[in-house]
Amino acid sequence: MSRLVLSGISKSYGAIQALSSVSLSLEPGQVLGLMGDNGAGKSTLVKIIAGNFAPSAGELKIDGKPVVFHKPKDAQREGIEVVYQDLALCDNLSAASNVFLGREAMARLGPLRYVDYRHMNEVAADLFKQLKSETRPRDLVRKMSGGQRQAVAIARTLLSKPKIVMMDEPTAAISVRQVQEVLDLIRRLRDQGITVILISHRMPDVFSVADRITVLRRGELVANKEASRSSPEEVTGLITGAIDAA
Amino acid sequence: MTTIEHAIARSEHRNLLARMMNLQLFWVFVAAVVACLALTLLTDTFATERNLFNVARNFAFVGIIAIGMTTVIASGGIDLSVGSSVVLGAMVISVLMAGGMGFWLAASLSLGIVLLVGLLNGLLIAYGGMPAFVVTLGTLSGVRSLAMVLSDNKMMWEFGPDHGLLLWIGGGSTLGIPHPLYALALLAMIISLAFKWTRWGQYVFAIGGNENAALLTGIPVKRIKVSIYMFSAFTAGLAGILMAGWLGSVTTNLGQSMELTVIAAAVIGGANLAGGEGTAIGAVLGALLIEVIRNSMILLGISTFWQGMFIGTFIIVAVAFDRIRHFRS
Ligand SMILES: Nc1ncnc2c1ncn2[C@@H]1O[C@H](COP(=O)(O)OP(=O)(O)OP(=O)(O)O)[C@@H](O)[C@H]1O
Ligand SMILES: [Mg+2]
Repeated sequence: MSRLVLSGISKSYGAIQALSSVSLSLEPGQVLGLMGDNGAGKSTLVKIIAGNFAPSAGELKIDGKPVVFHKPKDAQREGIEVVYQDLALCDNLSAASNVFLGREAMARLGPLRYVDYRHMNEVAADLFKQLKSETRPRDLVRKMSGGQRQAVAIARTLLSKPKIVMMDEPTAAISVRQVQEVLDLIRRLRDQGITVILISHRMPDVFSVADRITVLRRGELVANKEASRSSPEEVTGLITGAIDAA
Repeated sequence: MTTIEHAIARSEHRNLLARMMNLQLFWVFVAAVVACLALTLLTDTFATERNLFNVARNFAFVGIIAIGMTTVIASGGIDLSVGSSVVLGAMVISVLMAGGMGFWLAASLSLGIVLLVGLLNGLLIAYGGMPAFVVTLGTLSGVRSLAMVLSDNKMMWEFGPDHGLLLWIGGGSTLGIPHPLYALALLAMIISLAFKWTRWGQYVFAIGGNENAALLTGIPVKRIKVSIYMFSAFTAGLAGILMAGWLGSVTTNLGQSMELTVIAAAVIGGANLAGGEGTAIGAVLGALLIEVIRNSMILLGISTFWQGMFIGTFIIVAVAFDRIRHFRS
C-alpha cells in the first residue's frame, strides 16, 4: 500500500495559484527528489503535507487512510516530520531545547510537572551521535555553524520515529563534507523504511539519493519518474520549460 | 557520551551562560551597590531606616510590573498600557470598597477587570495580527480614560469597612519589611521557576527567539501571547492595588508614564527588546537601580524634572550596551 497519496492538490494565495491539481504517490522507503524553479510551489506543497495550512482543493491519504490536517501537530501525529528551509530554529535556545521544541519532555515532582532538561539533553546527544555531528546539546544555537544547525533541525525530525521526512533545501548552506553527511543520513532514513521528500536545487545531490524525481513548474506537476530513467539534462529542461513534460 | 565529554559539554555551557547572562546583571548590581555606598557617604538621609523603607517599597511596585514587562519583551512584544492598568486596578478596588465591599472580593474583581484589559491586548495582537506597540498605545489611552469615568475624576480616600486592611496590605510591613516587597519576592521566585522549568516559559522565549519556528513546530503561539499580555496586566493590577493601600488615596494620575520606568527597568535588567532574552531577577535589579538613582536625585536636591531625561537615557544606553554585546559575539 502506498505510504502517501496526493490527489488533485491545489493551493492559491489570493490571485496567485501556487499549486494546481498536483497528484502523486510514494512508497515506504522511497526517496523523492522534488525539483522546480524559485516560486514553483515546492515549499507550498511541503507545508500542505506538513499541516501548516490546508489545500484549497484535493485530498491526502496516508497508508490508504484519508487525512485532514488542521495544524502541524495533526501531521506529526500521522508520522510526518519536516526540516524547514529556514530550519525553524530558535537562536536563543539550546540545541536540545530546539530538538524538543513544541514537545518538551516533562518529568514529575509530586503534583508538579517540569521540563526534563536532563532527559532532553541525553536524547539529543544520542541523536547527534547517530548523525555523527559534533553538536553539543546544551550549546545555544546562536553559536553554531551551518552544519550543526542542520543537524539540530534533522535531529528534531528523528525524535518521533517518523513515517515521512520532508527536507526543504537541506544542503543549500553547508560545506561539502556536511552535504555528504546529510545525504548519508537520508540513505539511513530510507533503509529504516522512512519515506523522504527532498527539495533541492542541487542536481548532483538529488540524483545521488533519489529513487524518483518530481518536477514542479509554476505550480503544475510536469514530471514524476524514476531517477534511473531520467538525467540532469532532462530535469533542467523540465524545470526551465525547455522540455514541456515527461 | 563519556563522562569526560559530559563534563566538557557542561563546563563550556556554564562559561557560556555565565558570560551571556550574567555580565549585564552583574554590572547593574555593582552600579546599584556603588550608588548606595556613595549616597550613604554623601548624604546623611539615605541610610536612614525611613528612607530605605521608602526605597524598598517604591522599587517593589516598579519591580512587580517589570517582571510582567520582561515576559512581554522576552516574547518579542511590548506593553505600553501597564501604567493605565495600574490606575484602573486601583480605581476599581477603591470604588468597590468605598461602596462597602470587602477587600478580598473587591481585589479579585479589580484583578479580573484588569485581566480583561490584558485579554483585549492579547486578542488584538495575537488573533488580530496588530502590532503590540499600536494596540497597547490605544489601551494606554482608553483604559486611563475608563478609570477617570469610573471615579468621576474624584480622589478616592475612603475605602469602607476594610479600609484598615487595604492600608495595612499596601503600606504596612511585617518583620520590618514592607509588604509589597514580599509580593515582589514571591512573584520573582515563581516566574524565575516558570521561565526555566515550564512549557509556558520555554514557549515565551521560543516565540521571542523565532516566532515562525514556534508556529511551525506547533506551539500554540496565539494562546501563549494572550496569556503573556494577561500576565503583564495582572502584575500592573496587583501593583495598583498595593499602591492604593500604600498611598491611602487614589487619583486618576496614578501610574502616569510608569510604563517607561518599567520598560527601562526591564531593559536595564537584560530584557532584549528584539525578543528572546530576559530574566525575572534582572527585572528586579533593574527596578532597584532605577529607584536608588531616582531617590538619590531627590536627596541630592536635583530637580525631579530631570527624571524623564534619566529614564530615557537609561533605555537608550541599555539598548546600546546590548547591541555592542551582540556585535561582539
Ligand atoms: N504566504 C504567502 N502568501 C502569498 N503568496 C505566497 C506565500 N507563500 C508563497 N507564495 C507564492 O506562492 C508561490 C510558490 O511559492 P513557494 O514558496 O512554494 O515556492 P518554492 O518552490 O518553494 O520556491 P523557492 O525555491 O524559492 O523556495 C510563489 O509565487 C510565492 O510567491
Ligand atoms: Mg521554498
